[in-house]
Amino acid sequence: MEISVKINGEEHRQEVEPRTLLVHFLRDQIGLTGTNIGCDTSSCGACTVHVNGESVKSCTMFAVQADGEEVLTIEGLASNGELHPMQESFRQCHALQCGYCTPGMVMASVSLLKENPNPTEAEVREGLEGNLCRCTGYHNIVKAVMEVAK
Amino acid sequence: MIPAAFEYIRADSADAALAALAEHGDEAKLLAGGHSLIPLMRFRLARPEVIVDVGRADDLKYIRDDGDRLAIGALTRHRDVETSDLVKAEAPLLAAATSHVGDPQVRHRGTIGGSVAHGDPASDIPSVLLAFGATLVAQGPGGEREIAVDDFFQGFLETSLADDEILTEIRLPKAAGAGWSFQKFNRRAQDWAIVGVSALVHNGTAGIGLVNMDSTPVRAAAAEAAVASGASPADAAEAAAEGCEPPADLNASVEYRQHLARVLTRRALEEATA
Repeated sequence: MEISVKINGEEHRQEVEPRTLLVHFLRDQIGLTGTNIGCDTSSCGACTVHVNGESVKSCTMFAVQADGEEVLTIEGLASNGELHPMQESFRQCHALQCGYCTPGMVMASVSLLKENPNPTEAEVREGLEGNLCRCTGYHNIVKAVMEVAK
Repeated sequence: MIPAAFEYIRADSADAALAALAEHGDEAKLLAGGHSLIPLMRFRLARPEVIVDVGRADDLKYIRDDGDRLAIGALTRHRDVETSDLVKAEAPLLAAATSHVGDPQVRHRGTIGGSVAHGDPASDIPSVLLAFGATLVAQGPGGEREIAVDDFFQGFLETSLADDEILTEIRLPKAAGAGWSFQKFNRRAQDWAIVGVSALVHNGTAGIGLVNMDSTPVRAAAAEAAVASGASPADAAEAAAEGCEPPADLNASVEYRQHLARVLTRRALEEATA
């Protein structure tokens, strides 16, 4: 069926199979490969994007469910060549090693601060429970989010 | 992992969903937030011929003060339940348990009705409904009927909803003054509970719902009876696993789950009566 999705501010009208997952639609049809596929089992959060401003796992949503909605991916976060404050903070705090979880971590963190602008460290850790990182040990990720919240 | 192909029907209201179910019957599955169904479809453990997407049925998204009870539309998202001032005031146990469902991304999409209708014994929310003695409302071709939560869960991932029925509302008796506790034991933050306990205590009676202690969500009936007859939390909790047939898996043996049910029920009753 044909769907129309606003992705990073730009309207996309495309034909999709109903079984196409949002993450495959974004990567394979739109060509936005910043959103990673990690576990494929709704656990790791690498595929986190925003739908209507809220974090979701794009591997656990059909593209047809995003019809008429607004999607923001990691590619849409920076504006006018300037990194989003969360991206800049991840960079400054060295909140990544291999970088695979990073797009999802950043998108989840932006959503977290939208809902809770002044979190405690414990709230940041809990708020990122849907995102797994297998190399940094989370410490600098939490630090980066706390820096932005300051 | 890509789900098997299916026919997609969008139903923007309860009535539209009923019409689609009337036509496609047992070939069809309802898609709400999709956070129980889509993972199963990706593993091809579920291969429905027809998906009826009720995610846009806004008439089933509400949290209402309904006199001596709360009425929650089946398509209300976990996020909206968790943050609702009305739920926090009148059913704080539900708000607290909901904040432990999955993770924030899951709660942004997953719905209370979807979770309950899935009938998974490892889900958190059914234990809350058991503790409350909730009533579920189903709509079918013949109209509306109420189902007591004790009659709702029939088997593993099976409920008393008929193929042509849709769960529309969850009704909880208000419990503003009651003692409550939600206990969830797992190894990793976002995991399913290895065992969980919901307890609601008022006027010397307790409602105790267990997570992952049988092939369906179940009550700790013997522990409830012990509380009613005046037993202390510690004594009542000794009976928490009585009559349960918990599963064994990578995380826990049958005996370990029985042990956890007793320990968590004691903690829950102690917290609820503190």
